[in-house]
Amino acid sequence: MKQDIAFGQYCEGESPLHRLDPRIKIVITVLVIVTIFLAKSVSSFILLTAFTVGLVLLSGISPRIVLGSLKPLGFIIVFTAVINIFWMTGETPLFELGFIRIYPEGLINAALIILRIMLLLTATSMFLTYTTTPIALTDGLEQLLAPLKKLRVPVHEFSMMMTIALRFIPTLMEETEKIMNAQKARGADFTEGSLISRAKALIPILIPLFISSFRRADELATAMECRCYTGGEGRTRMNILRTTAKDWLFTAAVAALGVGIVLLNMYLPLYSLSM
Amino acid sequence: MATVKFEDISYTYNKNTPYAATALSDINITVSGNGITGLIGHTGSGKSTLVQMINGLIKPTSGKVYIDGVDIWAEPKKIRNVRFKAGLVMQYPEHQLFAETVEEDIAFGPRNMGLSGDALKERIMEAVRFSGLSPELLSKSPFELSGGQKRRVALAGVMAMGPEILILDEPAAGLDPGGRRDILGKIKSYARESGTCVIIVSHSMEDMAMYCDDLIVMAGGKVIMHAPTAEVFTHSEKLLSVGLDVPQITKIAVALGRNGIDIGEDIYTVGFAAERLLGKEK
Repeated sequence: MKQDIAFGQYCEGESPLHRLDPRIKIVITVLVIVTIFLAKSVSSFILLTAFTVGLVLLSGISPRIVLGSLKPLGFIIVFTAVINIFWMTGETPLFELGFIRIYPEGLINAALIILRIMLLLTATSMFLTYTTTPIALTDGLEQLLAPLKKLRVPVHEFSMMMTIALRFIPTLMEETEKIMNAQKARGADFTEGSLISRAKALIPILIPLFISSFRRADELATAMECRCYTGGEGRTRMNILRTTAKDWLFTAAVAALGVGIVLLNMYLPLYSLSM
Repeated sequence: MATVKFEDISYTYNKNTPYAATALSDINITVSGNGITGLIGHTGSGKSTLVQMINGLIKPTSGKVYIDGVDIWAEPKKIRNVRFKAGLVMQYPEHQLFAETVEEDIAFGPRNMGLSGDALKERIMEAVRFSGLSPELLSKSPFELSGGQKRRVALAGVMAMGPEILILDEPAAGLDPGGRRDILGKIKSYARESGTCVIIVSHSMEDMAMYCDDLIVMAGGKVIMHAPTAEVFTHSEKLLSVGLDVPQITKIAVALGRNGIDIGEDIYTVGFAAERLLGKEK
């Protein structure tokens, strides 16, 4: 079970990416997402792919882990590919069988859209999940959103909730495995039978899981209160984030990438995605 | 009488990943017969991994597990039958209760075995009797019960499957002294009356001394001793060196011996010590 959650897992390291300020990483991620959606031409996708590969190499994380984390997306990728291949129409069909017509445009479109999904996932997780601890991430988010406090948005509380939620994902996975094993020991079977009987087989797992989650939440609340937690008001931090020249350099590079993509779209498209 | 045999068992967690860790190596033991076998060892010595191999929750990386001479992984699809034969009560089993009533929860296991009607009812009543629950609790929600009662419901849930081998991982952990004695006493009498092969994992040397006939000592993923309880506790040096302990009374007996009152070092229960001491006076 643990092997399945490679996507979204922090990988320890000392790369320049790891050392970026989390606030900057969040801003950069937004920029990267916009850039990837701006890319329309084959040439711009080539540039983006090079950028993403560069990121992976820079992070020092094994490419095998990164590629492996794309596996759960298989279904979405296939689905998008099928839709694009069969729906796109062009001038001369490449292949015809009854009412099915496949155009070369469809194939290229499908390839580009799949590439876009993969790049989106890889590039964002390179900045956020792989190289940033969940704590740093929520910290950064809290500080970025700090101005909203003036509008009475409970920013600190939200980020605390996020921190806690992230913190408990592995605990919950472990708990699920334990409960599953306990019910298996009593002869439960989760792999056979119809869809309905399989769904029913989940009840003996879900109920204990809910109960233990509530119990855990209760215990955590008590423990936090014992340590005088009263919310964000007047709370100081141990690690004060400071941006360095490197942070701004990175931001500038990503902004330049965005501009580059737009220019490529306009002047050197080779072939453009049609929407 | 059921027999569990481990042959050249080893197990590696997260094999073929950077996080690979060896949990067990070269395990070769046979546990058989009636009576209670205790499994002791430091945290992380591989006890829980080993017991989960008996009912096929964990498949050994190499080696074979035999129950009554049959390789349990001979037919992986039928591993459920092994689980009916070898009942495992995990740590804090009360966290796995889920049904609306106590009766329904106890019925979960036997129902998975295909029992129904009178046969099912009979199994439930028998388990309830063994675990010391009062029958009026059967219609209650398991979540209304006290900690000790929940533990007993969970135990009954496995006993109701009528396993030939009953494995309990820390059955008394987190209970008050009364509850401990009660649960362990129930298990002991269950073992005696039903002739089940019982294996208990625990950290409490006192409990193990009181209730177990044989002990298996594990350290660093290996079995370092497998002998009758009295014999194991005479090796106090060895036990201490792997981060374990001997019962208080054994330490007293050793200290007494050192000071000229030799009552033997194979003492592991208070009653036994008293007997020896009084016997000496006469």
